[in-house]
Order: sequence, then C-alpha cells, then structure tokens
Amino acid sequence: MSSETKQILTTDGIPLEVSLKKAEKKNKIKAFLLVAPLLLFLVITYIFPIGDMFMRSVDDKMITNMLPKTFKAMEKWENLDELPPEEVYRGFYEDYKLLAENQQHGKLGQRLNKEKNGFNTITKKLFRQIKRKKIDESASIKEQINKLHKRWRNVEYWLAIKRTAPPYTMAKYLKGMDMYYAADGSITQVDEDRRIHRILWLRTLEIAFFVTLFSFFMGYPIAHLLATLPMKYSNLLMICVLLPFWTSLLVRTASWMILLQQQGLVNDFFVMIGLVADDNRPEMMYNKVGTYVAMTQILLPFMVLPLYSVMKTISPSLMRAGKSLGGTPFVAFWKVYFPLTIPGIGAGCLLVFILAIGYYITPALVGGASGTLISNQIAFHMKTTLDWSFASAMGLMLLTGVLVIYWIYNKLVGVDNIKLG
Amino acid sequence: MSKNPEFVKFDKVDKSYDGKVLVVKDLQLDIAEGEFITMLGPSGSGKTTCLMMLAGFETPTHGEILLDGNIISNIPPHKRGIGMVFQNYALFPHMTVYENLAFPLRVRKVEKDEIDKKVDKALSMVSLSGFETRMPAQLSGGQQQRVAVARALVFDPAVVLMDEPLGALDKNLRESMQYEIKHIHESIGVTVVYVTHDQSEALTMSNRIAVFNDGKVQQLSDPAELYEKPVNSFVAEFIGENNTFNGEVIDIAKDKCKVKLANSEILANPISIKSKGEKTTVSLRPERALINPIDKMDNMFTGKIEEVIYHGDHTRVRLNLLGSSEFILKVPNSTSNLELKVSQDINIGWNSVDARALDPK
Repeated sequence: MSSETKQILTTDGIPLEVSLKKAEKKNKIKAFLLVAPLLLFLVITYIFPIGDMFMRSVDDKMITNMLPKTFKAMEKWENLDELPPEEVYRGFYEDYKLLAENQQHGKLGQRLNKEKNGFNTITKKLFRQIKRKKIDESASIKEQINKLHKRWRNVEYWLAIKRTAPPYTMAKYLKGMDMYYAADGSITQVDEDRRIHRILWLRTLEIAFFVTLFSFFMGYPIAHLLATLPMKYSNLLMICVLLPFWTSLLVRTASWMILLQQQGLVNDFFVMIGLVADDNRPEMMYNKVGTYVAMTQILLPFMVLPLYSVMKTISPSLMRAGKSLGGTPFVAFWKVYFPLTIPGIGAGCLLVFILAIGYYITPALVGGASGTLISNQIAFHMKTTLDWSFASAMGLMLLTGVLVIYWIYNKLVGVDNIKLG
Repeated sequence: MSKNPEFVKFDKVDKSYDGKVLVVKDLQLDIAEGEFITMLGPSGSGKTTCLMMLAGFETPTHGEILLDGNIISNIPPHKRGIGMVFQNYALFPHMTVYENLAFPLRVRKVEKDEIDKKVDKALSMVSLSGFETRMPAQLSGGQQQRVAVARALVFDPAVVLMDEPLGALDKNLRESMQYEIKHIHESIGVTVVYVTHDQSEALTMSNRIAVFNDGKVQQLSDPAELYEKPVNSFVAEFIGENNTFNGEVIDIAKDKCKVKLANSEILANPISIKSKGEKTTVSLRPERALINPIDKMDNMFTGKIEEVIYHGDHTRVRLNLLGSSEFILKVPNSTSNLELKVSQDINIGWNSVDARALDPK
C-alpha cells in the first residue's frame, strides 16, 4: 500500500516510471533500428551458417527416412542377442522394396556399408531377388532373407541397422577425435596407427602456441620502440609494420616460398657464408619450420598493433618515477611498465592465437605434410572427399576450442582488460 | 651542525638539445640545505630542463652539477636518491596507495616492518591515513597529489624535486595544497626544488625564487625582494602587476633620476641605469600609486578614469595618465570608499622610490 501512495508523479499526474519509459521508448527504437542492419547481416552470414553447419554435422536422417517400417518394428525387438522377429524382416523387406522401385536402394547399401563392411553385397543380393519377384510375401520373410546370405543370419548386421535409427548422431565428432561407435554401441578409439586427427589437433595447438610466443617476443620490443620513438621515426617504423600487413596474404606466403626453398635465397646465403654445405641444404619449407616462419611474420602486426596502442597510453613519466624512486631500469620496467602493458599482451596473444589455430593458406602452401593444420584437413573434406558433415563437425570443434580459450582467458585476465586500441 | 649553503650546486651548466640553441645558458646556482627554492619562469625558459638535469633524466651539455659536494652528472637517476613529484603525479595506476609508497622502500630492500612504519608516517603526514588499499584511480586529484608528495618523501631523500605539481588542481585546492606542502617542508626540513610558472604559488611557498627567462636566471632572491625590488623589467613584468613608462633619462642623481616621457617628466629611482641619455622603462606597482594622497609625494599628476572594475576585495581603476590609457590603480574596498566614476578626473601621486627605472624593454 505504502509504495502505491508514495509513487512519484510528474506534474501532469502520470506516474514517473511510465513517463520515463515513454520518453525512452523512442530512443530505444532508434537505437535498435541503427543496429538492425548489422544484426541482420550477422544472422544471415554468421548465425544461420553456423546453425546449418551444426545440423549437417549431426544429421543422420537419411536411413531414418528410408527405413521407417523397419525401425518401427525394431521397437519390439527385445532380445538383442538373437535375430530380430519376423516383423522386423517384413518391415525391412517392404522398405527395401519401395526403395528399389524408386532407385534409392544403392544409397542405402553404401550408407549401411559405412556402418558395417559387407552390407553392399548382401543388399544387392536382396535387390536381385526382389527384381526377379522371387520373394513369396505370404511365407515367412525372415526365413527367405536368412537363406540369401549367411550375413543376414548374423545378428551383428541387424544391430548395425538398428544403430542408424536415431535421426541424429555424434559419430562425426567422434571421428574428429579418432573415435567411433563400436558394434555394441560403446565409444572406442581407433587403432593407434590411424589416429591422424588427434595428431593434427595437437599440432595445431602447438604451432598456434609457438607462433604466439614468437610474435610476442618479436612484437613487444617493436611496439615499445613505436610508442617511444620521436614521431618522424615512429611513423616510418609504423609503415614498416603495416606495409606487409597491407600486402596480400598470398603474395607474402609466396615470397616466403621463394626465400625458404632449398634453392632459395636464405639457403643460398647460408651456403655463401659457409654455414652449410652446398649439397646439404637444410629443408626450411614443406615442414613445421616453414609454417612457423611464415605464420609468425604474417601474424606479427596483430601482436604489434594492440601492444602499441596500449603502450602509447603509458605516460613516460611513470618509468621516470620508477627510476627516480630508486628502481634500476630493469626494476622500473618489470614492476611498472610491464604490468601496465598486460591488457595489450592479452589482446595481442588472444588475437594471434585464435587467428593461428584457424590458419589455412599459409600452412597449405609452405607447411607440407608435417606442417599442415586442422583447417587444412577441414578443407580437404570440403573439397576432396565431399564429406561436408565431417568438415562441419571439425569446424564446430575448432569454434568450440576458440570459445573455450576465450573463456579461460576471461577467467584468468578478464575480458574487460583487453585493449585493442 | 651547520647547514651546507652549497648543498646543490649548478656550476656553469649549459644545456642544448639540438646543438644549435642553448636551453640553459651558463647556469650558476647554489641551493642551501633545507631550503625551499622555486624556479619560476614562462614555459620554455629552461626551468624544467634544470630540474630534469638535477634528477638525472637529462645530462648537462657542459658544466657540472654537485650534490653535497659530489659531482653527480654521471650517476644514473636511480642512484641519486632524489625524490620527485611529477606534473601528472605519475602514480603507478596498477598499485594501491600502500604499494606506491612502498615501492621506493622495497627497491632499497627495507624490511617489511620498517616499510609499514614509514608508509604509515608518510601517509599521516599528508593526512591520508586509512587510504592504503585504495587504487590511485579511486582518489581525487588532490588526494593523488598528496600520495605523490608522500611517495617522494617516504624514503627520506636529501632533495625533493617538484615539477609543477599543482598544475592540474582547481584554484581552491591549489591554494590549500600550497600551504600544506610549505608546512611539510618546514616540519621535515628537506631541501625542495620546486618548478612552477605560477608567480603567486612561488611567492607563497618559497624561501628563495629563481626567475628564469631565456635559459638564464634573471633574479634570485626571496619573495619580498623579488616583488618589491625587481632588478630588470622582465622580472618586474613577470612578477605581479606593473605600470610601465618608457622614456629617456635627462637627469640623474644618486637615488633619483628624471625621466622624460612623450610629453611630461617623472621622477624615478635609478636601478639599472647609469647615465644621462639612456633609454629606460620605469616600473610602478599599482598599489603604490595613491588617489588624493595626504602626504606630499614627489610625483603628482591628474588622470582621467577610463574604466572601473569591481574585484571584491579591491577595485581596479584604469586611468588615462601621462599619455597612456593603460595605467592601473588598485584601490582597497573599504567603507570610506570614494565614489569612482568613469571620465572623472582624479589626482594621483607616488613616491619616486617606488618608481624603478629599469632597463628599457
């Protein structure tokens, strides 16, 4: 009661809150309209494609839609150690007959073959029987199918069909981590010599980490120099930093190829000064070294610019104060200057690391076999194997990885502390 | 123990940044132990450069700086043991007030208990006890300034340098801080070298003031003498308000001279003129000229009021006098005040002692 009586009114007698909301409504609409184009753009170019990617990566509806009667009947299949009952066979026969009429049976065979080797042969056999109308629909379908091939009498094959029943599957994600669903439905690791994805993930993290580290150690002094030099020199240095940044990525990578190849300039120079023998030139390209060198150079500006913008705001009198209070130049740097640059370090490292784990062109061109990253694998599945759902799954795993890193960073340093400029 | 009158000594110091222009020219300056000395001058006069050379951030191009008899030109800043308060305070923004104050003690490897004690003492000196855990950004400008002063004093330096420390504060705060710094200086007896371009600040706080212009010390004396007896027309112009007359000396005696202006003659006190025929600028403080003087004064003229401006504690009157319409009078506001009206004619008088004939402008 008291809150009602104490409600503040405007001079016209309208409650103040209502009046305020009304006054602010117009501004809110205006603000929304201003961000609306960006929002629309983001939805179309970002949120929608990511949603689509996610759907692709988990989608497994093909078989679900092809074998509706089979899966319906399988609900009644209780003892999974024995062959399924007659209804399941009949359902499968009817589904398959329909597919055969629509020329869709081949796809099913291929898909089931992926699930368990040997399906292709036995489904083709069934197809021929149906075509010659040799199946007697009034008799037991179970017996007739079982007679076709011994694999139809193996419960493993029927279990494989049952596993494809759910419309969604995590199989692609498991594959991205070198794991798969075993016959009994449990998650199993692939054989040790076939675990290629895990190596790629670890290599991607390793390369991204070291590229970030190298960029930091090279970028910090540059940024410091940029921030402290007199204007006319710092402008020149800034151009030196930015000029490669403005040059096409492809051109820069190609120039690294010219420099690093075995008959390239760097090797020529090493031979000239007698560092290496002419017939024993080191390989600096098509391996990790090439990836490290080229990526560090290409990503360096992303480290320098945030660091520079933070260092620019640090008053030179702080270092002077540190020294005048008795700190040696090193102490003044370590206790005063360095802590103040942490927001820039955080921003630069995060930027370089995130760009590096998704890097594609440079490792593709100079990386060779030992220098390629996970994104090259994604591209391979996009372009060559056309397994888009697997590519989507790995893309999403990469995105999740980036978000996790961002989250950890936020916990450690705090995103408010990032300064990009 | 007698105080060392040459505790800090600038000995024939020159400084040039570009090899073409001397920013500081042949500086000869002795600062006594425990003294509060202010370097006052317009911007670009070389005063801050002097301070930076003393702190060790700039090296003299020529000459030596001595601290307590030792040449310090080759000692790096962190070994000089000189406290410094910077223009923008230069508090470490990522450290608390306590950590800021403890910094100079920690780098000197002082023990924890001792640090606590000293920080406590320094903070109570600037009346900021209880602010230990605050960050600089959580303090007002005045409080930050006090922390900066406390930090410069906490490690008991022999000399404290202050580079326009009050520049960023508003007028009231500035005035109270002036007194506060003055009192701190008096109570702990540290030698303070203070740089400012604000003359009233210099007059309020200092034992002695060195007026800088054009890389040279124009006058070094205590505040009263600086104001009352400027030795040249730059100092007269720079410190306080000033009425000037440009003319030529036509007669000179021991303590009086006659100066011919455009269309009249005045009597003045010869300071930097030696002989007849010299050009001179006569300087007269506005408060030394009186309206309708009761006592006989040796300069008596009639002027016409051009403008009357009320200033609270006094009224400023601009007169057309002796061919110049820029003559300023300061009349204290009291109950027995005269009615002053524009275009009224009034009689003005001053003593020739107060009219100082200086070098021509």
